[in-house]
Amino acid sequence: MSLLSKLKEAAVCLKAGRVTLPYPAQAQPVPPKFRGRPIFDAAKCIGCAGCANNCPAREILVFDVCQEVRILKYLGRRCTYCGRCADVCPEDAITMSHEFENATNSIGDIQQKLDLFMSTCQRCGRCFKEPSPLEQLKLKGYRFDDLANEQWIFRSQAYLTEEAAVDDVKIELD
Amino acid sequence: MLKNLCQKMFGRSLWVYHANSGGCNGCDIEVLNVLTPYYDAERFGIKLVGSPRHADVMLCQGPAMRSTAKALQRAYEAMPAPKLVFAIGSCACGGGIWFDSYSVLGPVEKLIPVNYYIPGCPPRPEAIIYGVAVALGLVDKKTAPVQFKQTELPIPRYHPADLEGRGEMVVYKKIEPV
Ligand code: SF4
Ligand code: SF4
Ligand code: SF4
Repeated sequence: MSLLSKLKEAAVCLKAGRVTLPYPAQAQPVPPKFRGRPIFDAAKCIGCAGCANNCPAREILVFDVCQEVRILKYLGRRCTYCGRCADVCPEDAITMSHEFENATNSIGDIQQKLDLFMSTCQRCGRCFKEPSPLEQLKLKGYRFDDLANEQWIFRSQAYLTEEAAVDDVKIELD
Repeated sequence: MLKNLCQKMFGRSLWVYHANSGGCNGCDIEVLNVLTPYYDAERFGIKLVGSPRHADVMLCQGPAMRSTAKALQRAYEAMPAPKLVFAIGSCACGGGIWFDSYSVLGPVEKLIPVNYYIPGCPPRPEAIIYGVAVALGLVDKKTAPVQFKQTELPIPRYHPADLEGRGEMVVYKKIEPV
């Protein structure tokens, strides 16, 4: 009797087959709408910093080294893959990829850093005048995050003053 | 080097201790998913234990919080010596979406040394298995930092060598036709 029940059990098990995924040995496709790591496309990005202003985790840092070069740095460590940056980007420079295999032993591996060339406004030397509604919003315009310490700074400090911001070149008017 | 050490030290099986220091439970559910027959982490000898004293690996979820900081440190100290810490989820890796709130101190790195990071909110069960497989040396990590550098600034004054002519007729050679 017990032998019979064992045989029955074995038959049930054989019929059920194997359910375990052979995962790391064999790639596992993700659902089509899956959101993985955002990937930045430097060729499309215009450096508007909309993504940096809208990221709920403040994952994207912006730093203006000089008048023409803006650095955009995606840290990746506390990114929640929410897709808001990709949503807000006017140029579709960010794609939510299907990458989820981001495990690493050094957190710097998931960083992305873009050096962007920014054109200068021929009239004022900046994109907008200083005391404007945009400036009052404080969330738009020129940002000056602390890239070395990977810190997001709330107040923008990168306006042109008498003393140039870090390594800023003097504007030449021709 | 770390990988070699891992393979040597943790050659047979990893006993994991699962510590949540203040996450939202999303990552806990994914970790428990990994232990189900469907993902079956016991293939790699991974076994969930209830006490840090029995564990080789600590799976950290949730950021370092004011209220649980001491407890997390004590749990880490209670683990026997060759020990690994995995930070699972964006909370543990970087402080998560509430990184700047009062009760959050930041990533768990601030309290205990972290060996492997598995970002995601929450990471897929596959991503967690992948992280463990990276630690065990079964697969290679896929990520590498990406950097795009602007090598040419399309403005004449940065490239005086490309200016032609003199006096009033100075032409920038590389100007793009409009
Ligand atoms: S996916 Fe969300 S959290 Fe990640 S960088 Fe974009 S906006 Fe920020
Ligand atoms: S929103 Fe898009 S275009 Fe603007 S800075 Fe971000 S990636 Fe670049
Ligand atoms: S990483 Fe996301 S899912 Fe995991 S504990 Fe933090 S908030 Fe929750």
